[in-house]
Amino acid sequence: MDNNADKKNIGQPREDGRIETGSGKRIAGNIIKYFLLALWAVMVLFPFYWMILSSVKTYSAYNAETVPAFFTLSPTLQNYVDAFNAVPLARYFLNTLIFTVITTAVMLVISISAAYAFSRLEFKGKNVVFTIFLSLMMIPNELVIITNFVTVTNLGLRNSFPGLILPSIASVFYIYLLKENFEQIPDELYKAAKVDGTSDLKYLFRVVIPIAKPTIVTVAILKVIECWNSYVWPRLITDKQEYYLVSNGIQEIRENGFGRENIPAMMAAVVVISVPLIILFLVFRKKIMEGVSRGGLKG
Amino acid sequence: MKKNSFKAWLYLLPAILFLGIFMVYPLVDVLIYSLEEGYNSASQTSTGVGLYNFSYVLRDPFFLQALKNTFLLVIITVPLSTVLSLLIAYGLSSIKKLRELFQTVYFLPYVTNTLAVGLVFMILFKKTPYSDGMVNALIHLFGGEGVDFITGPYWAKMFVLCFYTIWVVMPFKILILTSALASVNPNYQKAARVDGASGTKIFFKITLPMISPTLFYLIITGFIGAFKAYSDSVALFGTNLNAAGMNTIVGYVYDMLYGEGGGYPSFASAAALILFLIIFTITCVNLIIRRKKVVF
Amino acid sequence: MRVVLEHLTKRFPNRNRKIKTEVVAVSDFNFEIPDGKLIGLLGPSGCGKSTALNLICGLETPTEGKVIFGDEDVTGLPPDKRGVGMVFQNYALYPHLTARQNIIFPLTNLKGAEKLTREEMNARAEKVAALVQITELLERKPGEMSGGQQQRVAIARALVKTPRVLLLDEPLSNLDARLRLQTREEIRKIQRETKVTTIFVTHDQEEAMSISDLIIVMKKGVVQQFGAPQEVYDDPANLFVAQFLGTPAINTFDAEVKDGRLYIGGAAVLDVPGARDGKVYAAVRPEGFIPDPDGPFESALERIEIMGRDTTVISSHPDCANVTVRSIVSSENRIDTASPSVRFRLKPFKVFLYDRDTEERIRFGTGD
Repeated sequence: MDNNADKKNIGQPREDGRIETGSGKRIAGNIIKYFLLALWAVMVLFPFYWMILSSVKTYSAYNAETVPAFFTLSPTLQNYVDAFNAVPLARYFLNTLIFTVITTAVMLVISISAAYAFSRLEFKGKNVVFTIFLSLMMIPNELVIITNFVTVTNLGLRNSFPGLILPSIASVFYIYLLKENFEQIPDELYKAAKVDGTSDLKYLFRVVIPIAKPTIVTVAILKVIECWNSYVWPRLITDKQEYYLVSNGIQEIRENGFGRENIPAMMAAVVVISVPLIILFLVFRKKIMEGVSRGGLKG
Repeated sequence: MKKNSFKAWLYLLPAILFLGIFMVYPLVDVLIYSLEEGYNSASQTSTGVGLYNFSYVLRDPFFLQALKNTFLLVIITVPLSTVLSLLIAYGLSSIKKLRELFQTVYFLPYVTNTLAVGLVFMILFKKTPYSDGMVNALIHLFGGEGVDFITGPYWAKMFVLCFYTIWVVMPFKILILTSALASVNPNYQKAARVDGASGTKIFFKITLPMISPTLFYLIITGFIGAFKAYSDSVALFGTNLNAAGMNTIVGYVYDMLYGEGGGYPSFASAAALILFLIIFTITCVNLIIRRKKVVF
Repeated sequence: MRVVLEHLTKRFPNRNRKIKTEVVAVSDFNFEIPDGKLIGLLGPSGCGKSTALNLICGLETPTEGKVIFGDEDVTGLPPDKRGVGMVFQNYALYPHLTARQNIIFPLTNLKGAEKLTREEMNARAEKVAALVQITELLERKPGEMSGGQQQRVAIARALVKTPRVLLLDEPLSNLDARLRLQTREEIRKIQRETKVTTIFVTHDQEEAMSISDLIIVMKKGVVQQFGAPQEVYDDPANLFVAQFLGTPAINTFDAEVKDGRLYIGGAAVLDVPGARDGKVYAAVRPEGFIPDPDGPFESALERIEIMGRDTTVISSHPDCANVTVRSIVSSENRIDTASPSVRFRLKPFKVFLYDRDTEERIRFGTGD
């Protein structure tokens, strides 16, 4: 409610101000403003347009263009068929799906239980452990990935799902985010539950998780995005196509697939792997943007 | 209440276990690796302890190239993307119509696969024997001379890398700055207007100082992020970045670790520690400046 | 169920770790609450009354002393084994559950022989819902209810396990003035019907006095007085209790006893046989003033407030510790508002004397 009121107020003083400076100037200013904003929107959207456009051009038509055409009159879906047939795109897809679902699910279980311990339970050494957790947030992934690579290799987990998943499931950042959220649940609810003889585990499942559901969903979505786009770790740990994720698949296609020059098929593959996340984004637009701005992730 | 302590540790156990194995232990291990001289990954033996790995890395032309590339990338993209996103966020916060549409569009790159879209950028900028590509066609249109941005001269490759990096980091910055601008209490601007301040003056004297903590936060995370650049470069120039001359520090670390010319965890560790040191220093410098400059 | 507290004490380490001393929230509580009574635990905020309630409830463990329900020592038992129901200040209703689910929640924790079927749970929930008159609200979530309605759901949830003792922490503080009046009547009614021993905590003396069978007045972790509301009001054991109870507040004067007479500002206002000589505090209830042109007590008249049934005379006196002297007189007494001063006689049983140092009561015989 307060937010709405704020938003309304933002507009008003500006309007008043502009009336003083004259409406002609205001309109001109607005046109420039919208023009520039639209320009950036075009910059953002153009690559997407181009990849869709290229993906529906026929191979021969695409290669015949010395000057690229901005549209096509004879769209085809043949490239999509080629993309799935020439490279194991469906396999990459399935791998990524398995990787994303398992990683996100296990990460949630581990993070929720740790966040619950930090936010609600009392135990000796809590502050010390939490401080250590916080300081781990500053450690860049690049620093630990070397040993992890060696560890996973020595465990014989290269080219396997456990090898892909294990190092990605403990996230200090999400534990922190969830802990902050759990702490907003009033103490009295916990006390009330204790008076009624509720166990800690039952309280977690029946009260904490339902109440914190919006944040948990946000964390899950952010993790899904992260998993879907992860490239570096899968590249290090897999060299067999059976275990490639979409990012590695794309790189593979780029280097070896389709005989280098079949750009339309390549673009079809790019469209296919981009679509799931774009749909996810359009469905959960508010949640994702809110989550990212609250969490301040990604440098 | 005492026996609850045990239960609490049980809740924490999985997190501690995984963080211990995959974060704390590697942290110690990377230090050891970096100090072990002549480490052989096949026999897992080393010939001694010392700083040789660091001196090797610092003399390696590939590392120096990666260092140069990374620094250029940081110096160009961080200020440019910050200023640009500030302008866009300011524009967004001063309009009402279409605002949500623009916000949605601007955020789109955040949720797309860096590798996948990088491929599109490569195609847009690439010049092949058959076609000059989209961007070159535009350059021709304005009477310029085409250039191969992907395998051509260094400056052209650097330009594409910076361009793509900015394109990738903008969504996050626009989003953060837009919400920062929205959280500035409009009464301050109102008061300044009543006092007769101009729009520009209000922006620089009131709005900007009020969002300066966010701005600093973005600059720090921007620095850190840009120093860790890697995937963008791979997307544009392929996995053999050393050959393309477009490697980054992180890329160097991975190349030392794995792939052609890989198998040197010691050199990789030394390079990773150098990167960490650079990031750490810059963060500290930023924090010191912040303490002096930021209003809050 | 009677509740007995024996030497109940709770000490907390100081929040500021550098200070080694402990904070005593509850100090040596000793009293017995008879079965089936409504008890008001009263004191200013921060006096430890909520801690006392938590100790009885079992949410906190005492540093020393015992809590006994009936003949059973429950000191070491967790809350759910004590058979207590608790209503929290902000009601602590689970926001994602409907009123019915909230009320049933405690029942779902029962194990073994006590375990209930869904139907039995629903039947019990509906029974308590009818008792607190929220039957038609059962399918709503807390967010869709008013404060008063949430309060009733919270009471229903506390009662559904038929507790031996019902505890309420500031049950009325989140309600607006009118609802507060209505709700306190209902709490009283529900308590009468269920006959469950009920202890409620409040900082509002009027609230405590109006519905309690017995009140306990606390200050800084120490019990000041324990008794029936009227008893405590008419016979406050120390200056704190005298000042804390009653609206408007009691008027406190710097006074002196000399030769069995009480002097305020040089005038002998009352005979106080048996009180020893010396400086004292004299506390006079607002209703202890009788307008009398020949009365011994004189103060400068400021204004009067007409309440209809009676009239508040507001005057000032140099020796009064309050900002103004407030006296409530029957509206039949016509006060001359043009007069610069007003004179009163004092009712002896509405005047209490307290020691200047200990603030303990100095008793005197009635002279009349």
